Formats: sequence, C-alpha cells, structure tokens
Amino acid sequence: MHGRPRKPLKPEDAAASAAKAEKLRVLQSQFLHNHHNHIYSKEAVELSTKLLETNPELYTAWNYRKLAVQHKLTENDSDPDSLKSILDEELRVVESALRQNFKSYGAWHHRKWILSKGHSSIDNELRLLDKFQKADSRNFHAWNYRRFVAASMNRSEEDELKYTEDMICNNFSNYSAWHNRSLLLSNLLKRKVEGFVSKEKVLPDEYEFVHQAIFTDPDDQSGWFYHLWLLDQTVRVDSPQLVSSWPTPGSDLILLGDRCLDGCASSPFTRFHLDSRTFPLVLYFNQAVEGVNSSTITVDSELNTNKDLVWKPLSSCNSKAAQVWVTQLNLPDGNTHSSKVFPVEDSSPISSLYQLSIKNDNELTDFEWRAATIAKEIDHFRELLSLINCKIGKLTLARLLMAHDAMMCPPANKISHSEEVLELYNDLMRLDPTHVQYYKDQHSLVLLQQVTSNWESLLSRCFHYSNSPSNRGSPMCLQLKNLSLSRLGSFDKLLWVQMLDLSHNELRSIEGLEALQLLSCLNLSNNILGSFTALEPIRQLKSLRALNISYNEIGAHSIDTTKYLCSSPLSHSVGSEWNHGQTVIDDDIKSYWEAYFILKGLNLTQFDIVGNAIVNEKFKSFLIKVLPGLKWLDGEQLH
Amino acid sequence: MGELAADKHVKYIISVEKKKDSFESVVMEHLRLNGAYWGLTTLDILGKLDAVDEEDVISWILKCQDESGGFAGNIGHDPHVLYTLSAVQVLALFDKVDILDADKVSNYIVGLQNEDGSFSGDIWGEVDTRFSYIAICCLSILQRLDKINVDKAVEYIVSCKNLDGGFGCTPGGESHAGQIFCCVGALAIAGALHHVDKDLLGWWLCERQVKSGGLNGRPEKLPDVCYSWWVLSSLIMIDRVHWINKDKLVKFILDCQDMENGGISDRPDDAVDVFHTYFGVAGLSLLEYPGLKPIDPAYALPVDVVNRIFFSKK
Repeated sequence: MHGRPRKPLKPEDAAASAAKAEKLRVLQSQFLHNHHNHIYSKEAVELSTKLLETNPELYTAWNYRKLAVQHKLTENDSDPDSLKSILDEELRVVESALRQNFKSYGAWHHRKWILSKGHSSIDNELRLLDKFQKADSRNFHAWNYRRFVAASMNRSEEDELKYTEDMICNNFSNYSAWHNRSLLLSNLLKRKVEGFVSKEKVLPDEYEFVHQAIFTDPDDQSGWFYHLWLLDQTVRVDSPQLVSSWPTPGSDLILLGDRCLDGCASSPFTRFHLDSRTFPLVLYFNQAVEGVNSSTITVDSELNTNKDLVWKPLSSCNSKAAQVWVTQLNLPDGNTHSSKVFPVEDSSPISSLYQLSIKNDNELTDFEWRAATIAKEIDHFRELLSLINCKIGKLTLARLLMAHDAMMCPPANKISHSEEVLELYNDLMRLDPTHVQYYKDQHSLVLLQQVTSNWESLLSRCFHYSNSPSNRGSPMCLQLKNLSLSRLGSFDKLLWVQMLDLSHNELRSIEGLEALQLLSCLNLSNNILGSFTALEPIRQLKSLRALNISYNEIGAHSIDTTKYLCSSPLSHSVGSEWNHGQTVIDDDIKSYWEAYFILKGLNLTQFDIVGNAIVNEKFKSFLIKVLPGLKWLDGEQLH
Repeated sequence: MGELAADKHVKYIISVEKKKDSFESVVMEHLRLNGAYWGLTTLDILGKLDAVDEEDVISWILKCQDESGGFAGNIGHDPHVLYTLSAVQVLALFDKVDILDADKVSNYIVGLQNEDGSFSGDIWGEVDTRFSYIAICCLSILQRLDKINVDKAVEYIVSCKNLDGGFGCTPGGESHAGQIFCCVGALAIAGALHHVDKDLLGWWLCERQVKSGGLNGRPEKLPDVCYSWWVLSSLIMIDRVHWINKDKLVKFILDCQDMENGGISDRPDDAVDVFHTYFGVAGLSLLEYPGLKPIDPAYALPVDVVNRIFFSKK
C-alpha cells in the first residue's frame, strides 16, 4: 500500500496474479474451515504459519494460533519442555512474520501475548529489538515493544536512558530516541531518583546535548521539540498562580444613581460604573484550575457572606477546570437617588487556602538558575543566528526573549524585548512563508502584550462612545481596531473592559474572550469569523447587550474549524433538555443549529450581522425568534 | 494548478469493488469492510454513492456480523472493533443504521472497555488509542455513548498525551499523526478537547508540512497523502488549520492522482489504492476544494450524514 511504484499491469502479469490469487484463496478458505471447526492438528497449524509468514496482516490467523496454543497447553499440562517448545515456535513464527512486515500490529501483539505466559528472557527480547531498531530506528512498534519489555522485565530507567543516549550519539536525527529520553527523564525527575533530584543539575547537560543536534543541522526537526520541552521545564512553575483579578485592588466601584455624574473624568481602570445590583468577581489564573469554591477562596467583603458565594468556571463543553473563575456579589438595596462609591481595598480582598497562591514578584523558587539558563540560551541562539540565518534559530530566540520578559515581571524598570520579538516574527514570515499564519498569530499575541503593558498605552486607546455630556457617566470603549490582529490574548490585562472595538482586524477566533465578564458592547465587524461556533466565548458574557459581527465570513465556508470547540450535540456537551428530547427539532434548528446553540440564552438588545453570506430573510426571522429581547437588528428598530 | 479527475476516481473505485480476484484483493480480503468504507465514503463525497447497489452492500455487511454483535473484516473472519466501526459508518452513509440492533452492537464494544478506561480491539486484548476512538465514534453514531464510562475513557486518552503535545498508541508511545487523529477525534466527540494544548500540538502538526507541500506523519519522515487526513482533520478540530499552507497541500494531493486510470497514491508516481484515494479526496474536502461534499473531521463522514444522525426529527 505504501511506496510501490506505479506501473501498468501487463497481460501476462495479470494472468500470473490471478493464478497466485486463486492459490491464496484456496489456502485461506482451508484455514477458515480449520478455524471454524477448531482443528488444531500439526498440518492445520502449519497452514496458518505459511499464511502468516507471507501475510502477517491476516489477523484471524493470529487469533487461531492463540486458540491452538491454549488447546495444546491444556493437553500438555504438566510438561515444561513441551510448553517451552510450543511457545518457542510461536516466537519463531512472530519473528519470521516481522521480517516480512516489521510494522504488523498483529505480530507484535502475538509476541506480547506469548510473553504473558512467562516465557523468554529480557536478553532475548532486547536482542530481537536491536535487530529491528538497527533496520529502522524510527519503528514505533519496536520502541513500544521495548518500553513494554523494559517495564515488564524491570529494566531500570537509567539503563534505558543510556540506550537513548547511544542511539542519539549514533545518529542525532532520531526523534523516537529523543522522545523516549524526554519520557524517561521526566519520570526520573518526578520520582526524584538519585542523580535526578534537581532540574538545576540535570537540565544544563541536556541543553548541551540537544544543541549538538540543532546546531549541526538546524533544519532537522528531531531536536526542536526536545529543546522546547527543556525550555518549558526551565520556566514552568507547577502550582497555579493567580495572575489578575477584577475588581482591581485600589479601585472604586460606583453604583450609578438617578442623576448622571457631572464632569467626572474617570479613569476606566479605577472607577467602574454599574447599572445593576450585582457585579462579578473575576479570578484569572496562569493555567486551568479546578476546585475554586467558598472553602478554598475567601472573599473579604462587608456586602456578602463568603460561604454564600457560588464560583463558576468559565469553560466550554464538559470541563470542570478553567483559567477564569467568576462569582456574583450583591450590592445592598437602598436608595438610588445618589451614586454610591464602594472602594476596593488596596491589598487583595481575596485570600486562599493552600491550594492557590497569589503570585509574588520574583519569588519563584530557584529563580536564579532559571534566569541564568534562559540568558545562556539566548546567547547561544544569538550566536547560532550570527552563523546561519535559520528558522529554528529565530523562532527559539523569540520564545526565549518572551520567556525572559515573563520571568522579569512586573515590568517596572525592565527593558522589554517585544520590539525585537516582533521583528523576529516578521523575519520568520518571510523566511518560512508556508507557516506565515503561525507567525502572524504569535506576532498578534506579542503586539497585544505590548499594547496592554502599561496604563498610558491603554488609556491612549480609550474613547467615550460619543461626546454628549449625558454619556460622561457611561463606560469607555477600548479600541483595538485596525491592528492586523489574527489572534487575541492578554485577557488578564483587560478584565476591566466594558466596551471593546476589535473591528477591522483578521480575527477568525475569539478564544479566551470569555474572561472579559464586564463586556456589554462588542464590535467584531470586518474580521474573518467563519462560523457561529467561533462565537462560543460570548455565551459566557452575561452582560453583553450589543454585538456587531457584520462583514465577516459566516455562511461562506463549508468546513467549520470551531465546531468541536463549542457546546453542541455532536460533542455531547449540551444540557439535559436536549439529551432527554425535550427540545423540538424544527426546520430552523436543522438549518441553523450553530446559531441556535450560540445565541439562545443571550440577552442582546442590539445585533449587527449584515455582510455575512448566511444572512437572508429566513435567517433574519429565525434571529428574531431566538433573540426575543432584540430591539435593533442591522440598525433597524424592531417592533 | 491541476484538477481533480473525479470521474476517473469513481470508475477506479467501482472497478476495485468488482475486481475481487486479483492477488491484491485476495491478500486484503480480511479488511474488505474497511475498503468498503473508504470506497463508499469517497463516492459519497464525489456525489456518486448511487453508483453502487445499496442492497448488495448492506446484505454483505450484515453477513460480516458475528454472534457477539461485532463485525469481521469479511465473511467468516473474526470480529474486531476496526470493522465494527466501518460497518456502522457505511450503514450511516445509506441512512440505514436503524436496521442494526444498536444495543447488540453497543454491548460488543462496551464489553471491550478495560478498567483503566482503555479499549481492547477484540477479546484477545490488544490495547491502542485507535480503539478508544473507534468505541467513542461508533457508540456516538449509535446514540449509545452513555453506555461506556466516558470519563474513564477520556482519562486513558489523556494518559497517552506526550510532552510534545501529541498522542501515541499507549502511554509513553511516540506521537504519530494517526494516533493524534484518533485521540483528538475521540476527545472532540466526548466534548473533552480542553485536555489538548492546542498551541503546542498545533505547532507540532503544522510542522508536518514539508517543502513539497505534502504532510508527513512525524518529524523527518516522508510526506504521504494519508496524512492529508490524519494531520489535517486534527488541525481543523483544534482550529489551527490556518497554520499550514492549504494551497500547497491541495497541489500535493492533486499531484498524487493517476490521471489515466484513476485513483490516488501515497506519493506522486506511486501505485494507487482505495485507502489513499479516500484520504486524498477527504483531504480535499476539508480544504474546501470546490464540488465536493464537506466531510466532518471527527466522525469522518459527510457533514449531512452527521447532521442527519443528530438533528433528525425523532
């Protein structure tokens, strides 16, 4: 099926092939007869041997042989010699079959099955493996079998680690060996085996080892992913960190009264205008966490009792873990003739038990060796790039510089490398045009980090929605339009945003936007959103009232790339009312199921959708049905 | 750019279906049910499913069913989940899944789930994440997913996740595009894609595209049309397909066609077969090549077939 040259079948070949086929058919037919009638005579078993040695993919024959072995074992119960010879014969047949096709699942599994009967030695198996791994060092069946043998015959992980070293020294272009090495090292470090107690001692040698691969042939991918893993091991902090929260400590929550505020030049970051009696408390972690509830998180608030707080993870589908958690706090009832200001304490109003810890500046454990390692790697890759202008050099340097900057948080006096990193990604778009969209996405993430890195930069992009005095009390709009953004990020810096303009960019996804729990107005017009399923994050935005998705590509694509990232019946992640058949499946749901699942349950009053291929009269009347609170559609007032 | 020789491929597939007496055909007799899935799904994508005799196909498939409820690769062979999925998928193409005793087929699969959540391929106990995908996909089509321990199944798949973001056959197994498709597809259907590091895996997958525009299955291997499915569908399910150059991949697939006799091969100028013909055409469908029915990346069936399963008036 693979790697055979294309040549036309000559008539004499066709005849020969037909004759061969007939012979084989007779044999297979005879074999099936033996199998169905449980015939395990010497001749019958030899027939199966003959078949398997030429066609190890004939899986029923392997099953038959197992039955034959079981049959012979019950007959020769107490004779260890005959047991040995029976099993030896099976091992010989497997080896013979593997020579015909060393990727045969059936053959390898048969060998494992025989070994489970307690036969063969580790030396024997390793010798077999050596033969196959020499013939093809990337044969994953052999590597899997090797891991099986090492585990079941108690070969030490250190010995196996040495084997990967030998394989790599023989030929560094062996991804399978690098993979196994990362697996073994990972286990040894986790178990804190002697000699592998601290990453600080182990990682430097590994960096040197993988440099040999990358610097010898930068285009060979074998070491790339190993290096990325080493980098991850260097920067990662295993316990979750709280990165950001809203309301921000030191800010004021202003409950809007009947009268609007006059001449109030409020900063959008420190004064929040609320028009309802509840507001969210948002926690943003550096990784997805589980178990946020009123016993693991204590909120110090004079307005609410901690134990009454219900925390929800902002996750899609069936996940119990999320990077962002939210709970609702109540403001007290009382007169609304004047505005009331609720100050948020300077120190975080949130404290937690052992499970979660607030991020402390520069107090990562082993900060020094981590920082020194990154700095050394940066030097190495600058040197590589001075010799060879290569893709992996630029990409790795970009990642290293970002990792360096992330470690040096908070950014107070540091010099940010983001300009250099943006340049590197621009270079990469030219150097490796096949993957241009990958580099573009990374570029967008760095650009957003830069834009959100300080208050001045953010403030320069904040505008009141209109100039009329009566709007002074209304929230400011953050404008991030026309930035060629293909990807969103830095949500931890944007939790305060109530109105967001992301129009005229190149967004095909809004992954992560669910963190912005205060959003009431969202403008995504003139982007490249390809399906309603791409809007999954807005299902979590309970305050959203105005949504603009005009001039996108919804309805223009036959393939939906966000289908399985949203909750739907196809991924068994919708509510019980669907599963128990309580929802009537009418024509609208059949035609517009993506829009149905995303929009139902939203409280939009204003919706703009013109300029998408899906829009026609039928779709518009469906929209009005599924959004009963809608007052404005494409600028027209509804009745 | 070249063109898709759709008519030639239809003729090729029908000729393979009829030509049961060649040596290749006899040697692969044991997986004919897989071949039926590859050939018929390709015909459906090309809009020509009616070129075969539906009744003939269905009656043959039913003869492949064993008393355990599972299906064999051909009449008289042993049952295995590999062929059970193909049987259910082919019946779905013809909208005839309901002729099956869904509970009987489901029980065969349910009985193969192990304590750690993994699935064996058959009673002989081989474990592989391919079988996890098969179980979850097949039971989902039969609307019986709740009969297995889905959480445990997901847990096992996650235990096969590697440090490079990919997945292997068993815990610790090297990342391979075929296994990645199976694990990502299974997690997608089970609503559990949050376990995938989409950026890390997305980068590993997009680096499968080599200079010729084709995709390989793991680092430093040759490109092969079948990876146009395994890698491509995985990228689509995690919304990272824009990280490869789609036009170059279309060109690579089209270059693998046999423009004279029909069929698609693993690489340009190699011998064609139904397996690669299916993966080439399915890949082109995922790339939105004009004139093809869209295919669902997780269920590996045309989108209208999948919608029929989940959104029919009951």
